[in-house]
Amino acid sequence: MKYLIKGGRVIDPSRDVDGVFDILVSDGKISEIGPSIQAKDAKEIDVSGMIVAPGLIDMHVHLREPGREDEETVATGTRAAVKGGFTTVVCMPNTEPALDNADILRKLKAIVAKDAIVNVLPAGAITIGRLGKELADIKAMVKEGIVAISDDGSSVEDASLMSKALNGAKSAGIVVIEHCEDAALSGKGVMNHGFVSTKAGLRGISNESEYKRIERDIGLAEKAGARIHIAHVSCKESVEVIRKAKKRGVNVTAETAPHYFALTDECCATYDTNTKINPPLRTAEDVAAIKIALADGTIDVIASDHAPHTDCEKDVEFDLAPFGKIGLESSLGVSVLELILGKVLTWRQLVEKFSTNPARILGLKSGTLKRGASADITVIDPKKEYTIKADLLESKSRNSPFIGRSMTGRAVHMFVSGEPVMLNEKIL
Amino acid sequence: MKLKEKAKILDELAMDKALERMAHEVIEKTAPGVQTVVVGIKSRGAYIGNRLADKIKNISGTRPNVGALDITLYRDDLTQVSEQPTVHATEIDFDIDRKRVILVDDVLFTGRTIRCALDALIDFGRPAEIQLAVLIDRGHRELPIRADYVGKNVPTSMKETVDVRLKESDGKDEVVLCEKV
Amino acid sequence: MSQKTIWTKKDLLGLEYLSKEEIEHILYTAASFKEVTTRQVKKVPALRGKTVVNLFYEPSTRTRMSFELAAKRLSADVINMEIEASSVKKGETLIDTGRNIEALKIDIIVVRHSCSGAPNILARSVKSSVVNAGDGWHEHPTQALLDMFTLKSKLGRIEGLNVSIIGDIAHSRVARSNIWGLTKLGAKVTVCAPKMLIPEGIEKMGVKVTSKLDEALEGADAINVLRMQFERDSGAAFPSKLEYFKDFGITKERLKQCKPDIVVMHPGPINRGIEMSSEVADGKNSVILEQVTNGIAVRMAVLYLVGLVKEGAR
Repeated sequence: MKYLIKGGRVIDPSRDVDGVFDILVSDGKISEIGPSIQAKDAKEIDVSGMIVAPGLIDMHVHLREPGREDEETVATGTRAAVKGGFTTVVCMPNTEPALDNADILRKLKAIVAKDAIVNVLPAGAITIGRLGKELADIKAMVKEGIVAISDDGSSVEDASLMSKALNGAKSAGIVVIEHCEDAALSGKGVMNHGFVSTKAGLRGISNESEYKRIERDIGLAEKAGARIHIAHVSCKESVEVIRKAKKRGVNVTAETAPHYFALTDECCATYDTNTKINPPLRTAEDVAAIKIALADGTIDVIASDHAPHTDCEKDVEFDLAPFGKIGLESSLGVSVLELILGKVLTWRQLVEKFSTNPARILGLKSGTLKRGASADITVIDPKKEYTIKADLLESKSRNSPFIGRSMTGRAVHMFVSGEPVMLNEKIL
Repeated sequence: MKLKEKAKILDELAMDKALERMAHEVIEKTAPGVQTVVVGIKSRGAYIGNRLADKIKNISGTRPNVGALDITLYRDDLTQVSEQPTVHATEIDFDIDRKRVILVDDVLFTGRTIRCALDALIDFGRPAEIQLAVLIDRGHRELPIRADYVGKNVPTSMKETVDVRLKESDGKDEVVLCEKV
Repeated sequence: MSQKTIWTKKDLLGLEYLSKEEIEHILYTAASFKEVTTRQVKKVPALRGKTVVNLFYEPSTRTRMSFELAAKRLSADVINMEIEASSVKKGETLIDTGRNIEALKIDIIVVRHSCSGAPNILARSVKSSVVNAGDGWHEHPTQALLDMFTLKSKLGRIEGLNVSIIGDIAHSRVARSNIWGLTKLGAKVTVCAPKMLIPEGIEKMGVKVTSKLDEALEGADAINVLRMQFERDSGAAFPSKLEYFKDFGITKERLKQCKPDIVVMHPGPINRGIEMSSEVADGKNSVILEQVTNGIAVRMAVLYLVGLVKEGAR
């Protein structure tokens, strides 16, 4: 089936394209892109007034399968991804059991083949069981298709093991995604360490716990001559460390999540467990620093850190609730609100953060609309107004502080490998 | 609910004369060897109780002890009223055991306030006798309660209200009959 | 004539959430309840037919007893539920317990919990009134209220008083509630603790901060001496008991440099020889036992006020 996506503003930073063009999709690929394409045998989709971008990539998602299918499954998680505008997600390996060997990766591949409606690329664990003691077999996992390694949820506490991992990833040609947190410094903290935590009587996690670990890991990566990608950057000191390292020429990239530029620790004052996240929501100063870092390129990627948890897990005392919020279905909307309407980024820059850069960092062929590329396309209506409603979420879980919020800007049509998976906001 | 003044039932002089007469009646009915105390129901009953005690002193030479009772916590309609009433402190700093208590209030109407006051008094001790003195009795009892000393009997309809105004709380002494419009 | 209702909240979760007017209203109401506790028949029927549950996730005989007495003196029925720490992990969640209690048509839940914010989330989930009897490091509103009530009865006012709070401020819910209450009513508050026990940003609550006991005692009209929580897991390095007594312990010597009628308070139970010497605890400046007595009146006022909030507000 051929599709003619007509009259949209095509933004493809990978090819320095930003203009009104038609795109012809056939045989699963971008077959033509130009000003006025005529194709009689193609199904026309009028996207005038909309933005046509290379399929967005969320490189930090927890799909919870295998092991916690009560929270999310590959099926429901990928549906949430489509709704959110993502044609590719990278799923983190902190499943039960962890994705730390070829066997479990094969099992996941089978589930993905059966249930996923977008591209699901796994990240493998750095250490076996994510226990931080023994390195996993990186080469064997690469054979099963991992695009990165990460012990996300934890940092690798042992520096020499982390060095080995960086070297191993380097020779395997993949990137290490590190969750930077010094567990000894964060201790039993549950929110940002500051005035709000003092008032609320809750244990705090200071910025130190994050930026000190980032310093260590960048140092190790520098020494090993390896690439490193810093996950969910949340505070101003971390931004400064990364900025300086990039200036020095270190091969470090960084990501942040929408909640770190949309919310502050003030939200935690009501003990709403949907605001309990790790790293925690920080102060207004940190939010400002994150926005500047996005604008000046210090932070390369926006990734949701979609972390589903069931109602009964979250409906408890703040201290006892697990960390995390869902994000696939709010990521784009919050980003448009804070960054586009907030005049921090241009649309082109936003597409870079969501598509071009993740593709480059992970070494993927996607993130582009060049001729011959697999047709992963996200069509966004930048003016679409909607409210995030709990009962309309595709995700199995509802743990989001954005529920009830009004947003502007939403994906309305989605193509994965040349086939539509969502048209007019309805999943097919 | 708006109120329209209909008639003046007592002016300052008439009020004073009524209290004077009531004081005489209290003294007349005092049995030998019995100590009398006065307890006024807050807030206007307390002011009237004080005046009554003063008059008793003028006539008999001895001023009975005077206390003030807040009956808010004893009301039987606490869960029904729309606005939560403020609780004020009760001030009875003498013993009421074996005494004759003259309970004083401004207006006797349904009798429920007096019932509350009786409950409260019994929690304070065991008086030998409790008698009731009111400035105005306007009828419409809902409980079997009667006053021993009455300033003036004023038959009223349910549409009317009796407003007692005192110098201590309202700036002037008068009793006015009002109608709900 | 109708009177504007000052108290409209179904819960008492903390003094942070109250206005000056509301706090003063509680203290005023407590005064009338104090009178009730001096009678022979120390009971009024105000909460007759209502039920109060003491839901205590942390052991506390004194606070629980105080609430129990307060409820009984209001003629309410009282049930005590003491939840063992071990059964929390195996048993019901807080919200499930709350819903079960609500299903029993219980009017007021008095809850003490080791997690900050537990009363807040409980209050959101049930129609019953929730009274915070102490949650983690967050608030202990009735303690601060009885502290202020005691201060007012000894010194006649709160506004303009110099009050110093001495002790482990970082981990103290009593400190936080007192700071909220006292500052809202216009007192000048100083907090004094070893540096590692001063929490982040506390000066933003409008208090003076010092680690020198002398500074805290100078010109103080009253001091509130907190318990050193040796059993609470704080994760911070503590001074030794001897060190603490030397630098922060209130002794007769120390009091010599203070105003002669300085009011000395303590939420209890006292660690004699650590926060204060026995001499001071039993001395003429100490109002510690009065605090306990006032606690009943204050808790009666709180239960009365939340207990009568109308159905619609729930």
